[in-house]
Amino acid sequence: MSHTVLASGMAAETQSLTFWILAVVSVTAALAMVLAPRAVHCAVLLAIVMLCLAALYALLGAPFLAFVQVIVYTGAVLMLFLFVLMIVGVSSRDSLVETIRGQRLAAGLVGIGMLVLLSLTVGHAAIGPAAPVGPNYSATNVNGLAKLIFTTYVYPFEITAALLITAALGAMVLAHLERTGPKPTQRTLSRLRIASGRSAPLPGPGTYARHNAVDMPALLPDGSQSELSVSPVIAGRQDPRLSELGAAPPADPQAPGGTLPPDSDSSEPPGGDSEHEGARW
Amino acid sequence: MVSPAHFIALSVILFVIGGVGVLVRRNAIVIFMCVELMLNAVNLAFVAFSRMHGNLDGQVIAFFVMVVAAAEVVVGLAILTTIFRARRSASVDDESLLKY
Repeated sequence: MSHTVLASGMAAETQSLTFWILAVVSVTAALAMVLAPRAVHCAVLLAIVMLCLAALYALLGAPFLAFVQVIVYTGAVLMLFLFVLMIVGVSSRDSLVETIRGQRLAAGLVGIGMLVLLSLTVGHAAIGPAAPVGPNYSATNVNGLAKLIFTTYVYPFEITAALLITAALGAMVLAHLERTGPKPTQRTLSRLRIASGRSAPLPGPGTYARHNAVDMPALLPDGSQSELSVSPVIAGRQDPRLSELGAAPPADPQAPGGTLPPDSDSSEPPGGDSEHEGARW
Repeated sequence: MVSPAHFIALSVILFVIGGVGVLVRRNAIVIFMCVELMLNAVNLAFVAFSRMHGNLDGQVIAFFVMVVAAAEVVVGLAILTTIFRARRSASVDDESLLKY
């Protein structure tokens, strides 16, 4: 039983080594989360913190909470965050301009004050050593939790059910989009397509280009780039490669950083790591 | 030997980092993530105290905190999506309509 080992059977040195590694990793990831300008990086760093916390729960003899932490927090809550990030815009980064003057300094001071206050409080509290390892921390941890939840805490548990239903309904109501017009039928859609003058579908990205990534514009037979082939959502990102695409005239095959003739696939475009630029997203 | 005090100290540090993040960041989703970090830190303290006392009540409370946090995230992110639809921005600086 792995959690039995984690709870009690581990040697004291191994326990403290595990704790210190997890503590350093989680604090570093938390600090990086606060400092990272990109929201997606924040989400990934928060996932690291939460996984570290799950391991700490296991170290503390709470295997059920460790698994719930991984499944609910890292699995569900953070994935929800990532979903919403993808909806709201991946490229949305925090502006580095302070909107309120001296806000960061004040926030740092408040943080230091909070740290001092909490440290004093915790330092004055009599935090004893860990209780001797009882049956609660071994394989019967889940049984003990179930017994508590369904006897002592049964009313909070029932209220939790109401809360969850309310939250699910509220999210559905908030995220619901009312259709204002009639649903377009196949007939109207095909009429619109003919009327727009472009009956064929838009060209796919990367067609005849050097990569088949979705953000790589297709090259036309004359070597120019087809702006139609990149989705406006992707083209709207603050990517220097694509903004150069938008700035470059489409008929100029020697635009810097942008167009390359299809046969020169050994040379990298100026500006270097286009592969890593793509991988960053 | 690691005592519960170590865990509580770590929880204090994580809580403060989360609090500073809430104050500093301007993206509403990142602020939400920092709130989650604070909730997680408090959970760690609960579990550490449960270990110290040798009973499971702290773990039950941490479990309830997780449930409430999940519900809060669902509603909060739905509100953020709605705001983003209306105002095309996730920055808390732009939600100043009531000010004027």
